[in-house]
Amino acid sequence: MSWSELASQLFQTVLAIAGAPLLLGWVNQCRAWLQNRSGPGVLQPYRLLIKLLQKDAVLAQNASWLFRVAPYVVFACMVLAVSIVPLVATDLPFALAADVIALVGLLALARVFMALAAMDVGTAFGSLGARREMLIACLAEPALLMVFFTPALISQSTELTVIVDQLAHRELRLYPSMAFAAVAFVMVLLAENARIPVDNPATHLELTMVHEAMLLEYSARHLALMEWAHALKLMTYAAIGIALFAPWGIAEAGVWSMVPLAVAVLAAKLALAGAGLALLETLSAKMRIFRAPEFLGMAFMLAVLGMLTRILVQT
Amino acid sequence: MSVAAADVINLLASLLLLIAFAMLAQRRLLRLIHLFALQGFVLALNTAVVAATIGQAHLYFSAVLTLVLKVILLPWILHRLIDRLHVRWDVETQVNLSTIQLVGIVLVIIAFNLASPISQLAGTVTRGTLGIAMASVLLSFLMMITRRKAIPQVIGFLSMENGLFFAATSATYGMPMVVELGIALDVLVGVFIFGIFFFQIRETFDSLDIHHLERLKDK
Repeated sequence: MSWSELASQLFQTVLAIAGAPLLLGWVNQCRAWLQNRSGPGVLQPYRLLIKLLQKDAVLAQNASWLFRVAPYVVFACMVLAVSIVPLVATDLPFALAADVIALVGLLALARVFMALAAMDVGTAFGSLGARREMLIACLAEPALLMVFFTPALISQSTELTVIVDQLAHRELRLYPSMAFAAVAFVMVLLAENARIPVDNPATHLELTMVHEAMLLEYSARHLALMEWAHALKLMTYAAIGIALFAPWGIAEAGVWSMVPLAVAVLAAKLALAGAGLALLETLSAKMRIFRAPEFLGMAFMLAVLGMLTRILVQT
Repeated sequence: MSVAAADVINLLASLLLLIAFAMLAQRRLLRLIHLFALQGFVLALNTAVVAATIGQAHLYFSAVLTLVLKVILLPWILHRLIDRLHVRWDVETQVNLSTIQLVGIVLVIIAFNLASPISQLAGTVTRGTLGIAMASVLLSFLMMITRRKAIPQVIGFLSMENGLFFAATSATYGMPMVVELGIALDVLVGVFIFGIFFFQIRETFDSLDIHHLERLKDK
């Protein structure tokens, strides 16, 4: 591992961690604009994080070590996950150690800890949220894996850096199978990030909460880490989406002169993706929780169809 | 033929498959008609691209025919029908989506396997999409089987015709002009007759639920 590679890795990871709340703020701001509100500004998540980090943590009396450790584990998982996704360059030494299947595993690990911590204190809301989250997750995860298999079949590799290299730096081809995978991926993204058709991130109404219900018992720095991890998760998904379906502009390994341009392209793509996400959320209504399996079943089916199409037409 | 043209044809074919699945899952009647019009549009576009790729003039006529008949005329008739029957906002509730989707995937696998030996025999540039064409025919068939209301069944029938047309395009560059015109006329007349049937069914049973037809005698 050379210094150049290490620097590239470090730069991308720091960029993702620092930029994640901005992306979340941008999505919320876009949503506010679409709903004719003025909105809190794109920097609001940072203000929230600073406020939370300055407060003293309050723990429930019967909270175990698991409850205290969970935020750190979840945050670490998300940092690891985002550091194996190429953001601006395919120069990622960490990516050699973990492919897309490990990435799905990392996301699952974070989710398990989050659900366990939510159940740990023993409040009704926590276990309710955890159960709902697991219901959604156990359906979203196979769909996500299937989404990954289509580009993996095309580029003959399950490593994201190789996939991006294949898709972005070879001759331009249209892959019909990727259209299926893209639709399925958007559906999984909505479900996994607690966005509107499946969960409402802005609500604290007991009947509709999924993600928020799990965080109710957290305060101060623990809550800050959880919120930050949530923003990082959105960032990870956005980065995966860009890497798989719009990889043009990501610099090749070792070409540092392309990096400033790549950062600008990434910012533009993330801004577009965030606005698109806000638009999707504004246009759709939240569905009943029992409709979620149908929704994710659809995503799984589309991902499988993508693979089948790939095998049929070989493009 | 260039690689880009083949890519575009494959992409449009995949879009058709996507639309077929969307129709299978769509509960609302109005959206179903929109999807049917979209399917016709993609079909016309695909035919035009194939025509441009291989330079066959008669395929342009089929494309225009598809556009006029399946994107403009038939959806317009269907819109008029659902307005007259007051079922514009009808929602089909008894659709078990998960099972239907699984059956749909199995159908797609069967269709792809069935089509692969045929497409190896065919000499056309579009032979790869034959599997998708067969899959859309089977999916439309599945949609006809699973729906209870009369109008979605008819839309399923029409989209089955779309799938057959697509199969003809991908296997043999379309049918002879006379056959194509004949089928177009048949479909048009068929829709008129179905329209009359709808009114008759509703007059007799006070609903458009096909299951009422299973009973042969009055109680």
